[in-house]
Amino acid sequence: MISQLSWKIGGQQGEGVESTDRIFSTALNRLGYYLYGYRHFSSRIKGGHTNNKIRISVKPIRSISDDLDILVAFDQETIDLNAHELRKNGVVVADAKFNPTMPEGVQGRLFPVPITAIAEELGTSLFKNMVASGASWALLGLPLEVFNKAVEEEFGRKGPAVVEKNVEAVRRGAEFVLELAGGPLSEFQLEPADGKQKLFMIGNDAIGLGAVAAGCRFMPAYPITPASEIMEYLIKVLPKFGGTVIQTEDEIAACTMAIGANYGGVRALTASAGPGLSLMMEAIGLAGMTETPVVIVDTQRGGPSTGLPTKIEQSDVLAMIHGTHGEIPKIVFAPSTIEDCFYDAIEAFNLAEKFQCPVILLTDLQLSLGKQSSELLDYNQIVIERGNLVTEAPALEENQMFKRYAFTADGVSPRVLPGTKNGLHHVTGVEHGEDGRPSESPVNRQKMMDKRMEKMKHIKVRNPILADAKHDSPDLLIINMGSTSGTIDEARSRLEQEGIKTNRVTVRQLHPFPAEELKPHIEKAKQVVVVEYNATAQLAQLIKLNVGHADKIRSVLKYNGNPFLPSEITKECKELTLVWQH
Amino acid sequence: MATLKDFRNNVKPNWCPGCGDFSVQASIQRAAANVGLEPENLAVVSGIGCSGRISGYINCYGFHGVHGRALPIAQGLKMANRELTVIASGGDGDGFAIGMGHTVHAIRRNIDITYIVMDNQIYGLTKGQTSPRSAEGFKTKSTPQGSIESALSPIEMALAAGATFVAQSFSSNLKQLTAVIEEGLKHKGFSFINVFSPCVTFNKINTYDWFKEHVVDLEEIPDYDPSNRIMAMTKLMETEGMLTGIIYQDKSRKSYEDMVHGFKPEGLAKQNVKLTEAEFDKLVAEFK
Repeated sequence: MISQLSWKIGGQQGEGVESTDRIFSTALNRLGYYLYGYRHFSSRIKGGHTNNKIRISVKPIRSISDDLDILVAFDQETIDLNAHELRKNGVVVADAKFNPTMPEGVQGRLFPVPITAIAEELGTSLFKNMVASGASWALLGLPLEVFNKAVEEEFGRKGPAVVEKNVEAVRRGAEFVLELAGGPLSEFQLEPADGKQKLFMIGNDAIGLGAVAAGCRFMPAYPITPASEIMEYLIKVLPKFGGTVIQTEDEIAACTMAIGANYGGVRALTASAGPGLSLMMEAIGLAGMTETPVVIVDTQRGGPSTGLPTKIEQSDVLAMIHGTHGEIPKIVFAPSTIEDCFYDAIEAFNLAEKFQCPVILLTDLQLSLGKQSSELLDYNQIVIERGNLVTEAPALEENQMFKRYAFTADGVSPRVLPGTKNGLHHVTGVEHGEDGRPSESPVNRQKMMDKRMEKMKHIKVRNPILADAKHDSPDLLIINMGSTSGTIDEARSRLEQEGIKTNRVTVRQLHPFPAEELKPHIEKAKQVVVVEYNATAQLAQLIKLNVGHADKIRSVLKYNGNPFLPSEITKECKELTLVWQH
Repeated sequence: MATLKDFRNNVKPNWCPGCGDFSVQASIQRAAANVGLEPENLAVVSGIGCSGRISGYINCYGFHGVHGRALPIAQGLKMANRELTVIASGGDGDGFAIGMGHTVHAIRRNIDITYIVMDNQIYGLTKGQTSPRSAEGFKTKSTPQGSIESALSPIEMALAAGATFVAQSFSSNLKQLTAVIEEGLKHKGFSFINVFSPCVTFNKINTYDWFKEHVVDLEEIPDYDPSNRIMAMTKLMETEGMLTGIIYQDKSRKSYEDMVHGFKPEGLAKQNVKLTEAEFDKLVAEFK
């Protein structure tokens, strides 16, 4: 029995790779396995190689694996591009239609299954995905009833005849491969899962769900990879709760419309990726200057310009912190798990209203789009805090306005919504006095800047850092952000086996930077490695600037578009440690 | 009930004496009182430029945003609380140059707000550069040899974009200007109002006298039918865009808010947004 296994399906984009993966993994989730998915796709709709990889485990995992157990191939290109990942006992289940062959020097066995032929016998090549997933399922020796139930749920609304055909496709695929393999493969028998119910979702869905739970009822947004799923989720869900989504003409409209809506008193967010965030920068400054809450999600992808739209990168960090001209209070924080995506989305809205400033929730492509298991989400942790929001204002003297920007000790002034009697005030991106009217007085200017920036001193997100630090004096402290924790932890367990003691700290709050929290971890480590997806070591720059210790901080960087593998981090960390030891 | 006085505040506009924008300010105040608004239920959102300052000169909720973005801010505000009356305003540079993308799409979208453009055919606050409304040959600081671009016809543009309310007026005709703003405020959907609002400092061509000579009041055109889009387009072309009055109105099309599935009459901002545990469980079930 094994505790984990990796499965990959590949073919031409639009050929059923996605749907095969969806049904296969939904069924595994029902059995209680922990899953972690990775989508390799291109910026086009049909054609071009695409593959989905899922790691299946009896224990929580948050990383793709170095190698592969089962590869399902709809075409020869899939085999040529991916077979090198196969481990010794690996298996390729390939459509017999294209006379599959194994590339030279590749280990593993080839099982040609007439995937297209069976599908066409059943009426249409659309059944290919069912034949392929049936074959995969059978090799694992898992109960077919669970799989058929997932099929039934996927196709139930299309009627019993469709369900029956799909179930038949699954059965035929399973039967054929078992004949070839001589029964389920003993080396792929997974230990039983804990059977605990889990959720299986992408980070973008978790953010959308968190937004609804937080009371967000409006989203203006412009489509972009890899952010659009947030918009699509909310288009589906918000009307059930009286809210709506507007697809705007561009990201400038999306951001300013969200600002207008928050000013009006409804919680609103927008979401985009690098190119959209670049367009929003002036509006973000407006939100900072007018102290209007707004939540913006940046699902980072490969930049600059159009860059690598479907690939991972964490290269917007400094732009998000420093972007917009002038100086404003702003919060930037980065979830690192699916659960974080949900709870952080709620917190983003609370922080935006509490500190009356823009909040940027920073994810990366793998966290946003990689489908993975999540623990159940806790209803009791949903709290809506609206900050200093005044619903009734005392009567005003003639020609007096509500002091929307009153000077206060913590820099946060009472906020009143349009429609409130006695709450009239002016809002402007021009420097202004306490009632919002423009003012160029140097004394007022300095006081207003200090008031706005004062807010930065009080900002603290839930778990600004997450430390897995069991060693008092580790050889190596690995620091990261976003989706890389799971991969780093696998690398760490390998490093430990080689006698290298490591701690990990994941930085969640990027701005204002949690220097005090991070400092002791850096001080007690012999060496520090910062792992991130960019070329200029942006997180490492922040650490050096805010905490210091530049002499012992090194970087492991990747910016070729692919996610880190545990083996890569292990190797690079080991090499750096050896260099230091000499 | 609020009167004209209630919409006035004690802020002295920083417009030049004689600026057309004073009339627009006065007409908005008068129209707001005439249609029975209370100051706290009116919000004026404005862009950047001389005219953008207008949101600070009316006693109501005022939001002075960034250049060219008054419309998306105003639309967001209206979506947040549809019980408010929302006016967006700005100049021809704000709405037809930097903000043109929003103008066309706000017209198409038809959210129930009123957009008032103070059109002086020049950039005033930056001291005299060309605008998309400047006539061909018009000499400015940025076009010393005269503009070689053709001038935009905003009313034709609005009609082409699918506007449901299109009007034009002139700062000298306070009565008509107030009347069209009133009708714009009452219209259920996006109301587009272009106002010839002369810049007395930088535009020495399109002066009050020039407009008086060139505008054509729709009341002078017998049998004009504002529900006839073809007639509107024809008359506009015949008068080179100088028509004033309500040029086109489609009363049959519902506003955006009225067409949003599940959108309630009560403002979103006033609704209870806390999910019940049962509602939450139902949402989560999708991911099991």
